[in-house]
Amino acid sequence: MDNLIIAGKTYTSRLLVGTGKYKDFTETGAAIEASGADIVTVAIRRTNIGQNADEPNLLDSVSPTKYTLLPNTAGCYTVEDAVRTLRLARELLDGHSLVKLEVLGDPRTLFPNMVETLKAAEILVKEGFDVMVYTSDDPIAAKQLEEIGCVAIMPLASLIGSGMGILNPWNLQIIIDNAKVPVLVDAGVGTASDATIALELGCDGVLMNTAIAAAQNPVLMASAMRKAVEAGREAYLAGRMAKKMYTASPSSPVEGVIASAKTV
Amino acid sequence: MIQLTINGEARQFDQSINIAQFIDQNNLQGKRIAIERNGEIVPRSQYAEQYLVDGDKLEVVVAVGGG
Repeated sequence: MDNLIIAGKTYTSRLLVGTGKYKDFTETGAAIEASGADIVTVAIRRTNIGQNADEPNLLDSVSPTKYTLLPNTAGCYTVEDAVRTLRLARELLDGHSLVKLEVLGDPRTLFPNMVETLKAAEILVKEGFDVMVYTSDDPIAAKQLEEIGCVAIMPLASLIGSGMGILNPWNLQIIIDNAKVPVLVDAGVGTASDATIALELGCDGVLMNTAIAAAQNPVLMASAMRKAVEAGREAYLAGRMAKKMYTASPSSPVEGVIASAKTV
Repeated sequence: MIQLTINGEARQFDQSINIAQFIDQNNLQGKRIAIERNGEIVPRSQYAEQYLVDGDKLEVVVAVGGG
C-alpha cells in the first residue's frame, strides 16, 4: 500500500484539510467526509465565558475519534504565543502530540517569520511534540527545520488563502529532493490541478482549507481534491514520459494509411 | 473580593474559587476546553485542587474551525 507516514503513523489519504471558513459545522463535516482526509486541522481560540451555553462545538461535527486532529498556531506572531497555543492544544486533545506550527511575520501576506518559526520548532520538539511546520519555500530553512526534528516540512505554494497555485515549483523540487521527512504543500492551492501538480512534483501530500471552503460547492470541490491528489500521486509513482519539445511522435502506425495520393 | 483576568478581560469574584467551581459558574461544564493559568497549563485532574487567587490570569480555549 502506498501510504503517507508521518511521525511513524500511517495515513491512507495524502490530502489534509482545514475546518475554517465553512458556512456551518454541517457543511464542514460533509466537505471533510467528501475529501477523504485522515488529518484535519483545527485552530485553538479563547472560548466565550458564561454565554452561549448551547453553542455548537466543532468537535461534535469533526470527531476526534474518526479523524486525526491537527491543532495549528494560525494567527500566532511570536514564539511564545505559538508554543503556549500548542501546549493548550495538547491538554485539550488529551495528550495528542501531532501539531502544526506556523509563526506568522506579516498580517497582510501571512508570510511565515522563519527566525521565530525555527525557535518555536526547537522548543516544541524538545517538549515531545511531533511538529509539522509551515515554512517559506526556502530550501535552507526547510532543511534547518528538518534538522531540528520536525516530522513534516510544509512549504507554501503561494500565500495562505490566495488560491494562486504553485508559483515556484523549482524551489519545491529542491525542498523535496533534500528532505528525508514528508514534504506537504501547505497554502496556496486554488483548484484541483494545483493539488495534482504538487503531488506530481513528488510532494508527499497537500494541506488546504480555502480552496475547498471558498468554492461555490465546497463538498463537490472536496471530492475533486481527493481525486486530484490521488491522480497526482499515481502520476508521480508511474513516472511521466520524457518531455520532447520538438520531436513529434505519432501514437498510431505510420504504415497502411489509406491515401488517394502519396502525401510524403 | 478577588480580581482575575480571564481571556484578557478583568473579572471580579466575591471569594476565592477553584477552577472546577469557575467552570460550573460559567456554563463550561462538559465542554472540551483547556485552561492555562499564568502561562502554565492546568491539567484537568487539578481543576478541583487549584484555587484562583487575586491577579491570576486565565486563558480558557476551545478548538474552532481553522486551516
